[in-house]
Amino acid sequence: MKLSLRIWRQPDAATKGEMVSYEIDEVSEDASFLEMLDVLNERLIAEGGDPVAFDHDCREGICGACSLVIDGQPHGPQAATTTCQLHMRKFRDGDQIDIEPWRAGAFPVVKDLVVDRSAFDQIIQAGGYISAPTGTAPDAHAVPIPKQDADAAFAAAACIGCGACVAACPNGSGMLFMGAKVAHLGLTPQGQPERATRVLGMVAAHDEAGFGGCTNVGECAAACPKEIGLDVIGQLNRDFRKAAARAA
Amino acid sequence: MKPWRSNIGLKIAMAVSGVLLVLFIIAHMAGNLHVFEGREEMNAYAAGLRSFGEPLLPHESLLWIMRIGLIAAVAVHIWSAVVLTRRALHARPVRYASKKPARGESRHAVATMRWGAVVIVLFVVWHLLDLTWRTVNPVKDIHDAYGAVVAAFDPDRWPVTVFYLLALVALGFHLRHGIWSAVQTIAGPNTKWRKRTQAISLAVAVVVVAGFAIVPLAVTFGLVS
Repeated sequence: MKLSLRIWRQPDAATKGEMVSYEIDEVSEDASFLEMLDVLNERLIAEGGDPVAFDHDCREGICGACSLVIDGQPHGPQAATTTCQLHMRKFRDGDQIDIEPWRAGAFPVVKDLVVDRSAFDQIIQAGGYISAPTGTAPDAHAVPIPKQDADAAFAAAACIGCGACVAACPNGSGMLFMGAKVAHLGLTPQGQPERATRVLGMVAAHDEAGFGGCTNVGECAAACPKEIGLDVIGQLNRDFRKAAARAA
Repeated sequence: MKPWRSNIGLKIAMAVSGVLLVLFIIAHMAGNLHVFEGREEMNAYAAGLRSFGEPLLPHESLLWIMRIGLIAAVAVHIWSAVVLTRRALHARPVRYASKKPARGESRHAVATMRWGAVVIVLFVVWHLLDLTWRTVNPVKDIHDAYGAVVAAFDPDRWPVTVFYLLALVALGFHLRHGIWSAVQTIAGPNTKWRKRTQAISLAVAVVVVAGFAIVPLAVTFGLVS
């Protein structure tokens, strides 16, 4: 198939970027979206040009490294799918495809389609962990967890931290990501000792990093490749309200 | 950063003040329906609001409690909205070249909440000038609430009625999202209850808009005169 691509090119963080058009021919329907970009890059390198920089790692949909806003949608048009798992058969011969980086104040562009997502690391460092003694691992069934809680925690733990929620949010908010972590850790007994300090710390780090507030429009959940729902934001709001009231 | 100055803290302030305003709006809407009982009953209701609690409490106690409470709630609601909107613009400084229609659960809110709020503020200013202070209303006697309503929505003043209805549409969209959003912020319901809250919000919005709209429409079409 033949495609015309418009790709955001930006040499570095300090230089102004722009959308640049590329024609690409003989794209296999079985190629993944990233493989299609690989083909383009090989051509650009052969022509002596600068290949398009984009993030990728496992290409199995579980690492959270890949990004790309494809035709205005984070991870492209297919629901519950990361860019690496998106295949070219979802597009038609002759399509024009716009490819842009995540857009958020907290995610500055490093180069082309690569953004700096270390703001998420700051949120995790501020409370996205549990403290456990090392050395003697307890038996897995030593602490019973109700099935309902285990399922909800596991669903929230499916978050791969890709940042599609922030990219989709009209307010550049990281609340779905933060809510997923708060729900994932807060629903298990192991997460209880740090539950209050976790939510206060993460919320402070989130705002500090320049993420916006949540307006509950739900664009994040619609874009999430792991189908994490707005219930985790409810959980986050609830945990925050309780922790803030106790801290005040 | 103090917790209450965080995005969620401000959002809670917006939600709590919004809930108070919604309760006022429902009471106001219900009170308006006295217009269908006729001039005497409507004016007696209006007078009753002024004399509520007498002689134990001074004249217009209820009105002043309501006025101070409403001004405080409106101030908190708008202030938190302005701060959060400014932060949001800062958090999303670059637009996407490629636009796709919103697809979230409350997608209509993206376009209606902030602009609708501006329409509502402009409407409230007009509404106070028209039916509270009577600056732009031909009926100056504050004890004749019925007469003022009839004069306000006279067929000759049809642009006023159109503006009133337009503001109600903005209010309806504002409530449809605002009520469930406030519940999400304060209570954080699970998925099942979030869906129910969204349905309740829509129902409240429809009832409030219909309840308010019926009064000017009845006057304009001569059912109340």
